[in-house]
Amino acid sequence: MDLGLIAQYLANGILLGTMYALVAVGFTLFFGVLDVIKFSHGDVLMLGTFIGFTAWLGLEAIGIVNPWIQLAGVLLCSLAGTALIGAAIANWLILPLKKAPQLNTLLITLMLGTAIREAVRLFYPNGSNPKAFPALLPDASVEIGSFALRADSVILVVSGLGLIGLLNLVINRTRLGLAIRAVAQDEETARTMGINYTLVVLATFAIGSGVAAFAGIMNGLYYNEINFGMGLILGLIGFSAAIIGGLGNLYGAILGGFLFAGLQVIGAALLPFASAYKDVFAFAVVIALMAWKPTGLIPERSSDRV
Amino acid sequence: MTDISLPQSQLSRPWISAAAVIVAAGLYSWALLMAEETWQVLSLLVLAVVATGVAIKTGFVRRVERDWAASETRLNRLAFAVLIGLILVLSGSHFALLMISTVLLYFVASLGLNIQFGFTGLVNFAGAAFFGAGAYTAAVLGNVAEIPPLLILLAGGIVAMAISLPLLIPIVRTTGHYAAVVTIAFGVLFRTFLEVNEILGGPQGLMVNSMKLFGWDFFNAPSLGNLEISFYVNYALLAAGLAALVFVLFRRLERSWIGLHMDAVRLDETAAACFGISVKRTKILAFLLGNVILGVSGALYGMMISFIAPASFTFSDSLLLVSIVLLGGLGSPWGGAIAAAIVVLLPEKLQLLQEYRFLLFSILVMLVLLFRPEGILPRHLRNFFPNRRTDA
Repeated sequence: MDLGLIAQYLANGILLGTMYALVAVGFTLFFGVLDVIKFSHGDVLMLGTFIGFTAWLGLEAIGIVNPWIQLAGVLLCSLAGTALIGAAIANWLILPLKKAPQLNTLLITLMLGTAIREAVRLFYPNGSNPKAFPALLPDASVEIGSFALRADSVILVVSGLGLIGLLNLVINRTRLGLAIRAVAQDEETARTMGINYTLVVLATFAIGSGVAAFAGIMNGLYYNEINFGMGLILGLIGFSAAIIGGLGNLYGAILGGFLFAGLQVIGAALLPFASAYKDVFAFAVVIALMAWKPTGLIPERSSDRV
Repeated sequence: MTDISLPQSQLSRPWISAAAVIVAAGLYSWALLMAEETWQVLSLLVLAVVATGVAIKTGFVRRVERDWAASETRLNRLAFAVLIGLILVLSGSHFALLMISTVLLYFVASLGLNIQFGFTGLVNFAGAAFFGAGAYTAAVLGNVAEIPPLLILLAGGIVAMAISLPLLIPIVRTTGHYAAVVTIAFGVLFRTFLEVNEILGGPQGLMVNSMKLFGWDFFNAPSLGNLEISFYVNYALLAAGLAALVFVLFRRLERSWIGLHMDAVRLDETAAACFGISVKRTKILAFLLGNVILGVSGALYGMMISFIAPASFTFSDSLLLVSIVLLGGLGSPWGGAIAAAIVVLLPEKLQLLQEYRFLLFSILVMLVLLFRPEGILPRHLRNFFPNRRTDA
């Protein structure tokens, strides 16, 4: 295999890994503060991407054609809208079920994801067909031998990694991050220290959902296509990534995201069978990893009390 | 002239109210299946909702449940007889029989899932995958003339169990969310595998040969004089038999020490282990047994609809199975039967809802989880002294 092809796969893997890590970060944040899995995450992401798409349609309609302004508008609407939706879900569906068994929360969010997916399919104009997402980023590319480095993927990866870095800063260096970490560590104590618990939870869900919407927009810009089912598979992959990395740990989510992307690339490029089996391979490795490390590569600390 | 008041159950026939409910349910099913106009279906639905509401308010539901517990065998037999009667009465109508058989097979599948979810607390979000494994087994083995078709049903269960074997280690070692991801990943993996695998028909799917029993091809309609009888009668009767068999097995399992172990594992793994229950063995048994049942029902389902494709065994379908279990109430077989009927019949009878069925059920399950988390007919705590009246 020549070097150019390897570089192509590598670039692709890094882009996918960034996207998956952005989704996985949300799962791990939610798990941190509330010990719940919000399975509708992927579909909220899809909804966010559709909000962005609608914003683009709106901007086109009022005659703003500069791609950078359009991009800013799309990102602003999408991230803000999704953050609001995320907080609303936390407030009305997840917090009321806080005392219920974990399975119930998992199920209610799974069902919410289905409801969002179906609602977009049925009620968005022509929602059951894929939509052509606009290419808002410059389409220049640099040829290095047989390898074409696309400018848009570089921008996407850099901004994605930048967002992860920013999130890391927020969690580790700000007062809000301190509050989130405190709630994650011990809710009761955090409350007695005067932390507004509900507000912190809502903020966490808003941040996680916004970050996921960014991943959705990334997905749209890169593949130039969005559809109502994109959230399901991205959510599944993000969940798997967060789990194999180890829940409740930001670095675990990032590790898991890149690991899953790596598995997909290996499945597509190196294995002897058809590349269509890449997801089969990746999920099989996930199952095997779960057998080996039942609580993820960077396990959360837990103990059983009777 | 005596001042010793006998318990009510010894005065009159205690099962009469429950028997009336069974007969009413049979009549209601007949009416619902025969109703063709939307307004008829809608008024029947309103009737059901109102009747259920009244029954709950007046305490009738609790009374029926109590009587049912007191003379269970007799009432279960009556329910089976009413079911067979319903099938025979509707023997001329293809569609109604197809509906009955589908409800019955989903009910059987929900019993399998209930052993995992309801008894052992083992999450399985790949129900449709194991169901599909059974159906694909039926498709592949159905072409081999030498294999007796009844064995194919069994083979469907065994194959479904066999493909779940690699999941045992992760299932046993993980808990909670980590276990959920294992089955979810498996469900996606299975579906993707079917779609890209050319031998199994790829996305187009496979034809399934019909069931044959003792040289009798189920595709032939039985003839009885000049009565017009649909060939689905065969499947409906077989599905009823299968449902009865699995139901009996399910109830026996629940009452046995195995069921007790499963309950203990669900309620508290650590405490169960302290009492010497092997958590691993219990989980493995529940997982494999549940998958066998899913596979068997899937195999018969495949034969009945005679054409299967990966699109019928997606993650959404797994969720549909889970919602049956949850709507009915965890571990409650009759609740599962009612929920299966709701989930299958409602979208079919209200054609305008067909398109919206996943949306509708997801919202329905969300409402149930928020406002009645225990399901339609919640399973009660084990009662080892069924004749002792605690709520006089």
